[in-house]
Amino acid sequence: MAEETAPVKAIQTPTHIEYTYSPGRASTRFLRAMEQKRIMGQKCTGCGKVYVPPRGACPKCGLPTEEEVQVEDKGTVVSFTVVRVPSENIQLELPYASGSILLDGADIPFQALLRDVEVADVRPGMRVKAEWVEDSELGPTFQNIKWFHPIDEPDVPFEKFKEHL
Amino acid sequence: MRDVAILSYAQTKYTAHEKARNEVEMLMPVLSEAVEKSGIPRKEIGFTCSGSTDYLAGQSFSFVMAVDAVGAWPPIRESHVEMDGAWALYECWVKIQTGEVDSALAFSFGRASMGDLPSVLTMQLDPYVLQPLHPDATSLAALQARALLDAGKSSEQEWAEIAARSLRDAKDNPDAIRKGDADVAALLKEPYVASPLRAHTLPPVTDGAAAMVIAAGDVARKVSEKPVWIRGIDHRLDPHMPGVRDLTVSPSTAKAGEKAGTGQGGFDIAELYAPFAPQEIILREALGLGDGVRINPSGGPLAAHPMMVAGLARVGEAARQIWSGKAGRALAHATQGPCLQQNLVTILEAE
Repeated sequence: MAEETAPVKAIQTPTHIEYTYSPGRASTRFLRAMEQKRIMGQKCTGCGKVYVPPRGACPKCGLPTEEEVQVEDKGTVVSFTVVRVPSENIQLELPYASGSILLDGADIPFQALLRDVEVADVRPGMRVKAEWVEDSELGPTFQNIKWFHPIDEPDVPFEKFKEHL
Repeated sequence: MRDVAILSYAQTKYTAHEKARNEVEMLMPVLSEAVEKSGIPRKEIGFTCSGSTDYLAGQSFSFVMAVDAVGAWPPIRESHVEMDGAWALYECWVKIQTGEVDSALAFSFGRASMGDLPSVLTMQLDPYVLQPLHPDATSLAALQARALLDAGKSSEQEWAEIAARSLRDAKDNPDAIRKGDADVAALLKEPYVASPLRAHTLPPVTDGAAAMVIAAGDVARKVSEKPVWIRGIDHRLDPHMPGVRDLTVSPSTAKAGEKAGTGQGGFDIAELYAPFAPQEIILREALGLGDGVRINPSGGPLAAHPMMVAGLARVGEAARQIWSGKAGRALAHATQGPCLQQNLVTILEAE
């Protein structure tokens, strides 16, 4: 019998594929507007909901969202989480809060960082505004918005945004 | 077995490089057209299944975003196969056989042009032994073509004739991206891309989407004046590792064909998904298709090869031949994997 050899427990097989991504019409319009510090959503021709960022279709109705609607750069925190555990690719000081933010005029929230606020003070209903990069740094990217910070406006009652969780 | 029929089919006008639209934007008009022509209201279609691969988009779970194009609220019964849309069609057919639903929508999409397709396709190989060598899809197909030559089963002349026929037939297909009159002698003077394969034996990189609605017999008769009946459908596979196979034959195609009912013959046309011209020789032998059967009247995959769509498109193009009255009985074949590894056969008939 052959001498026993140690079993191979793992191998690494690196691979590399490059892609040239084109985002499509809806996202292109959104990113071009971002470049000019405007946040453009798109409205469903069926149910009237406004999607930000838009992907070109209403997932509820399956219809194209062709009407462009500018939304505000301020909105309401509808939900949030506090991150207390370090992660390899996150350079932020712990703990920090990440919120689900519903912009004024939009019907779906998106994720963004919440800063200039104690994590203990973050709450659903809190009003916040976008902190943009310097005008000279604006580009066709969502990263134009660095984070959201609280503004001096009364909290929005849960009833007003419960549909958008 | 429940009788099942194709009610409608729609596909994009294919492009070599779809820059303007994302997957959802490509799909919406195709889905609307297929659903509208089916005669069944969108919200009444019992089941939806898509076929695509995230490796084309280079984005994990990209297929989930494509569901945006369907209209999924209130929640629909929905599934996905990391396979060509022909296999999504198969899942739809099975779902109808279970009796759970009476109608179903199969669709698929792909923008292969965003990456280097032959290279992207190495990702479907076994990750331990073969994939690290990174043999691209064209090179593997060239090995298969070489095996055919060595076995004396085909010739480069025959492949050029297949290409010339495909391009000529594609002139009648407004959706094809490669078409025209080609001189066989001139084709044979092209340099090799991967010996013995020349450019005309390779499929063009193509972006596109397609959708099909099928229904159980009673529903089909109620809503459609001219349903195309699925008389048989089956899929089989050969071993994953090309090295253990005889690449000059396709036992899985033969088996799938036998189970679907090729034994009865009588085909007017066959739409074969041979991405590389030499593979058509292997498929014809496996399916027992003689000279009397017209192959790929649409132009086939040498005229347009939307990755993840081309198999469903074979079924759709075969159904179109029946709808137009040019065929009464047709065979559609779909493939996936390296060197014709996985194969699906569908047999279609007019009323």
